[in-house]
Amino acid sequence: MIITKQKSFEDITRFLASSPGVFIVGCSLCATTCKTGGEEEVKEMEKKLQDKGKLVSGWVILDPACHILNNKKYFRENKEKLDQADSILVLACGNGIQAVSESIDKTVYPGCDTLFLGEIIRFGNYEERCQLCGECILDRSGGICPVTRCSKSLLNGPCGGVEDGKCEINPEIECGWQLIIDRLEKQGRLHLLEEIIPPKDWSKSRDGGLRKLALGRKEK
Amino acid sequence: MKAGSNLEKILESGQFAVTAELGPPKGADAEVVKKKGNLLGDYADAINITDNQTAIVRMSSIACGVILTQLNLEPVIQMVCRDRNRLAIQSDILGASALGIKNVLCLSGDHQKFGNHPQAKNVYDIDTVHLIQALKRMRDEKKLLEGDELTIEPRLYIGAVENPYADPYEFRAIRLAKKIRAGCDFIQTQGVFDVKTFEDWMRTVTDQGLDRKVHILAGIIPIKSAGMVRYMRDYVSGVSVPDEIVTRMENAKDPRQEGISICLEIIEQLKEIPGLHGIHIMAVAWESVVRVIVDEAGLTPRPVV
Repeated sequence: MIITKQKSFEDITRFLASSPGVFIVGCSLCATTCKTGGEEEVKEMEKKLQDKGKLVSGWVILDPACHILNNKKYFRENKEKLDQADSILVLACGNGIQAVSESIDKTVYPGCDTLFLGEIIRFGNYEERCQLCGECILDRSGGICPVTRCSKSLLNGPCGGVEDGKCEINPEIECGWQLIIDRLEKQGRLHLLEEIIPPKDWSKSRDGGLRKLALGRKEK
Repeated sequence: MKAGSNLEKILESGQFAVTAELGPPKGADAEVVKKKGNLLGDYADAINITDNQTAIVRMSSIACGVILTQLNLEPVIQMVCRDRNRLAIQSDILGASALGIKNVLCLSGDHQKFGNHPQAKNVYDIDTVHLIQALKRMRDEKKLLEGDELTIEPRLYIGAVENPYADPYEFRAIRLAKKIRAGCDFIQTQGVFDVKTFEDWMRTVTDQGLDRKVHILAGIIPIKSAGMVRYMRDYVSGVSVPDEIVTRMENAKDPRQEGISICLEIIEQLKEIPGLHGIHIMAVAWESVVRVIVDEAGLTPRPVV
């Protein structure tokens, strides 16, 4: 899931200073689960903006906000409400915000900061797990990602800064390599770590430029 | 000879080596590098130059190393994976070698969180094991990491670090073996205060025959005061200080002298450990003490090879 955090209301009102009319967009997926851009949060934002004297011309929870074709269709069908707005505030991840901005020719403002791709530990508690590096090496590291969990992304860790299984940068962060070693030891697969994991091909990551995937249509 | 450095000659001839650390200045001050270099020169076989240690920006290790070579002193330049990608690392190494540097120590580098630019983006394109592999490949196969041929290879004596005290303890020897397999020639360890744990670690190392594949130098950190030793115990990651040493420093009438005595006692015990081939003295901002320690430990004059 993409973990987001709402920007401060101060930031949001600063963006909207020269927008008397605002349309609010939320997202039915991650931002709803994160409680940053679901129906409840969008309505709360509507109220707060109205209290600040804004005209909220309408709102929608896109299903989801990152679907350009659906977004375009919705904006076409609700042209009137959108015409009354000077700008659109999007309570979704960076992907959702950009998909909205690509779907309509209007000023779009981010209502959330996009933090990471993570898992739900329990409700309201999220932790980063994947860096979207483009080439998964979880087969070699006991199902725990060193690129994400090690603060230095070492592929042949750990470094010399581990203390009581914690990372040198913060005692609340577990050493990713300690987790990997513990798990492989438990599984009797510690020998995996005798092999040197080769340097990563970062061209498959964002370093290779904008990533695209086009699968084409399946033949009927 | 792989590099023909003084350090290599001493270690390969089976003599007990002494290296010492020099922290570059926070400024473009060549004189202070020369001054510190001259303080260490007669008492160390090679002088380590830290690479933006604790992620604090200082004069570059390669530049300081070149200043030392101009004084006929031998540097070990440290290189961390935090600040350079594989292009910059290999290019800097070629330059360093062309400028006469023969020893390189490979490290991951302290996280930028600890330094004076905590908002920096770190690199970690490759890790220490890959860095060792890259240097070895450049030297022995005359090739870059991705296979391109070099016109002239850098002749390097390749070092790495190990921390016998860091967790997970059982894994430390496995990781050392990995660094050796990657191609390192010598190892400098984290500062030793707890000799017993170090001895146990060395036993694991010798049991696996690793001491015959690499030269291990034990780290020595001279302590100036009780405050410093408490700070190291409590805040410096990867350093283990027994309470007994803290108490001794707290009760000492002359803490500096007590610190020197503690160092000398540790060195005496280390000399007896099978498989250990030298010491590496890290006298952070106290370079003048190196002469005293090396002299009193009976390790002068340094051999001429």
